[in-house]
Amino acid sequence: MSELTRLSAAEIARRVQAREVSSVEVTRAHLDRIEAVDGGLNAFLHVDREVALAAAEAVDAEIAAGTVRGPLAGVPVAIKDNVATSDMPTTCASHILDGWRPPYDATVVRRLRDGGLVPLGKTNLDEFAMGGSNENSAFGPVRNPWDASRVSGGSSGGSATATAAGETPLAIGSDTGGSIRQPGAFTGIVGVKPTYGTVSRYGLVAFSSSLDQIGSFGRSVLDAALLHEVIGGHDPNDQTSIDAPLPPVVEAAYAGARGDLAGVRVGVVRELSGEGNQPGVLAAFTDAVRVLTDLGADVVEVDCPSFTYAVPAYYLIAPSEASSNLARFDAMRYGLRIGDDGSHSTDEVMSLTREAGFGPEVKRRIMIGTHALSAGAYDALYGKAQKARTLIVRDFAAAFEYCDVLVSPTVPVTAFPLGERVDDPVAMYLADLCTIPTNLAGNAALSVPCGVSADDGLPVGLQIMAPALADDRAYRVAAAYELARDTSSGTPFAETIPEPAVLETTS
Amino acid sequence: MTSTVDAAPYTVEEVCERFDPVMGLEVHVELNTATKMFCGCRNEFGAEPNTHVCPVCLGLPGSLPRVNARAVEGAVKIGLALNCQVRERSGFARKNYFYPDMPKNFQISQYDDPIVFDGHLDVPLDDGSTWRVEIERAHMEEDTGKSLHMGGATGRIHGASYSLLDYNRAGVPLIEIVTRPILGAGTRAPEIARAYVSALRDVIQGLGVSDVRMDQGSMRCDANVSLMPKGATEFGTRTETKNVNSLRSVERAVRYEMGRHAGVLLSGGTITQETRHFDEQSGTTSAGRPKETFADYRFFPEPDLVPIEPSAAWVEELRAGLPERPWERRARIQTEWGISDEELRDLVNAGALDLVADTVEAGAPAESARSWWVSYLTQQANTAGVELAELAITPADVARVIALVAEGTLTNKLARQVVDGVLAGEGAPDDVVAGRGLAVVSDDSALTAAVDEALAAQPAIAEKIRSGKTKAAGAIVGAVMKATRGQADAARVQSLVLERVAAGS
Ligand SMILES: [Zn+2]
Repeated sequence: MSELTRLSAAEIARRVQAREVSSVEVTRAHLDRIEAVDGGLNAFLHVDREVALAAAEAVDAEIAAGTVRGPLAGVPVAIKDNVATSDMPTTCASHILDGWRPPYDATVVRRLRDGGLVPLGKTNLDEFAMGGSNENSAFGPVRNPWDASRVSGGSSGGSATATAAGETPLAIGSDTGGSIRQPGAFTGIVGVKPTYGTVSRYGLVAFSSSLDQIGSFGRSVLDAALLHEVIGGHDPNDQTSIDAPLPPVVEAAYAGARGDLAGVRVGVVRELSGEGNQPGVLAAFTDAVRVLTDLGADVVEVDCPSFTYAVPAYYLIAPSEASSNLARFDAMRYGLRIGDDGSHSTDEVMSLTREAGFGPEVKRRIMIGTHALSAGAYDALYGKAQKARTLIVRDFAAAFEYCDVLVSPTVPVTAFPLGERVDDPVAMYLADLCTIPTNLAGNAALSVPCGVSADDGLPVGLQIMAPALADDRAYRVAAAYELARDTSSGTPFAETIPEPAVLETTS
Repeated sequence: MTSTVDAAPYTVEEVCERFDPVMGLEVHVELNTATKMFCGCRNEFGAEPNTHVCPVCLGLPGSLPRVNARAVEGAVKIGLALNCQVRERSGFARKNYFYPDMPKNFQISQYDDPIVFDGHLDVPLDDGSTWRVEIERAHMEEDTGKSLHMGGATGRIHGASYSLLDYNRAGVPLIEIVTRPILGAGTRAPEIARAYVSALRDVIQGLGVSDVRMDQGSMRCDANVSLMPKGATEFGTRTETKNVNSLRSVERAVRYEMGRHAGVLLSGGTITQETRHFDEQSGTTSAGRPKETFADYRFFPEPDLVPIEPSAAWVEELRAGLPERPWERRARIQTEWGISDEELRDLVNAGALDLVADTVEAGAPAESARSWWVSYLTQQANTAGVELAELAITPADVARVIALVAEGTLTNKLARQVVDGVLAGEGAPDDVVAGRGLAVVSDDSALTAAVDEALAAQPAIAEKIRSGKTKAAGAIVGAVMKATRGQADAARVQSLVLERVAAGS
């Protein structure tokens, strides 16, 4: 492992912009790292060395000419493969999009390029972001760098593993029910779901439009904040985008790392922080809360009784929207086409293509959603789920009236073995218990590593939730915690991520 | 497709001896906004297939819709013109169904909170009475693309060997205007259906928000018809005849369906709830593709858009700017101009009413304006084989020509040459006058010189005039007109001749 692939994004940016190292050298080091370890990890679905190096070269030339496009100019980044890129395929880890290359860049991709970041490639995910283990990818599961027999988490498993394993310093993910925070927790890195509407969804292939949110991965709170500021902000192409200044997350990350947490009231969500958690997870979480207290935070317990409805509400709303969003994949205009041999009608070609192109979890959710929206079921299913959503919003509002941030474990368990929950969707869905309420309410949350579980030595995530448009509060608390954590252990947590075993290609 | 065997249609009079018809009309109007409903692509009829498309209107993965404010304005204007209420907060919804010409396999529409609702239109009928049609709602939605079914005999999907898809129309803003059930129309139901669509077309044309061309599909009508036994209160089973594309067809389709329903019911059969197609040639309808009687569109709120909230001030501004209703305008014009019903009808039939009205508005007297448009300009239009409105002359131009005649700058003959010049693209009337040197010679000293010259050249005639034979002056006038190449005012020349002779010239 090259030294360059251990550096934080902030440090890479500093060195590249000071011309101590070139973006080409940094990019090549990461491409080499991908070549060395990704055969086993399967984090990337698409890497184009030439394109990445050309982009890096262009940034180097600009810096040499005295132009620095932004704070992260010259830094490599990986992009989840459900975000449209004009120079790379966009598969959503589904065969239904075989052969499709978007004619346009997503807003976040355009902002990455405008900011001088260097896209390395596209990362693996659960098909259409539907899943929490990355086992639903049509191109094979992503493995966890901490233990290759375990899942990376999902759905942004490729972005999380790539960042944890030093294949990239930064990555873009999307979070619909925990799809950034949960794999972030499973792989021991920072994952952020910003406030709904603060990062444009234009170009993110929709799973559940009212829940989907693009966010950042980094190995440190500051790195995640730096990337967050590059991609965030109002976009007229997304009408759900909020026309307000982005919360000052980088400033908050610096402030957190400088100061204590005096005067910050932290609410521990009782419903998410009890016996339902794996003992090692609960222990790590309790220890993290103690650190927050030591930093001067005023820690209290809060009740959010409606959170118990979150998982069932989510598993009606998200599939309902998905059933409609995924209707466009019909073989007529792009992607896979099956049965177009003159012997089948248009309707039959649509059916055959959808039958062949979608994986089982996607089909399951399309069917659940189609049913939940149907005339006889709408009120009892979709309608009721929306009411539960309103109750969850109210629970958050009440809690935030009293607390600055709320905390819980990010996931009740650590990364589970590959294959363990494939046949038990309900167990799989319950892994999203702590992360889903934030998606339903649209506020901000992030996961920061809080050590490893004594049960299995696997990383545990501390989830910090903040009110909508107050993402900076979560960053401030996370940065303060991160510094205290690394100071007490004597080693930055990111450096404790084990070197992945070299495995045979899994896809 | 085998056409269904229809019972011999009854006349509407026969139908209404036994039944009361119930009608519901759904009219789709494409707005003529510069761009589409949810993207920046041009909204233009007749372009090369698939040239006005982008990731949004093609529904490409990841793309998101963006509401066109002009389309919302058009919808509100239509609602206000139909006496509707405007909803303070109105959301979009997805209507889900699979069809290849619909790129997302859902249509962004509105469901339970349409932008405007609860209105009415007082429809003028042929006998001078009006019929009030209640409007239930009008809502915004996006149009679909177009399928061209190739290789079959009928142009329909059934029997075609392949289909071509054109997405230029996909995402064009559409307003769907839905009436409440029209009851009690009796034998007049077909007439009322046509008159309603006609009145709606005129109103929307007056608003300028749509081309409302039924032949081009920018206005399309679906007619729902059912019969119930006379005196009953429960509606019968209805059929929906889709995409009837002329006013005459609306009337014929309703008449045919009334007769067909009666035939089925009177022979002991039942009406199947279905969509039907109207055939222009035969004037009959046939059953559409057999499909389930109940389509579940699984409407739900469109999560990619936020609700529209028109401000009260903006709505009032639009209301204040509404034009007069076309038929009210006609009545006013008739009174103001003092013309007969017949003269009004001629103007309307010649397509000249608006042109004359605009010419009057530009300052011309009604009589001259009418005369120009219905005689000389109508001849020019006929010669050129174009509609009157397509002539390359504006009402303002015509008003200017009339003013030039009134002030004596032009004679009627010269005025026609000026109009010819305008039509030939030589510019505005004043440009043509200057360019062709057509102004009447009104400079008396120049004319006097010409008169003196003519008198001197024909002393015998001058003597006749002097002796009191004033008719002889015509020869001198003719000579002067010739010398001035017709640009003098003949009456003025005549009086000058008499003046000069009397003065002893
Ligand atoms: Zn478009």
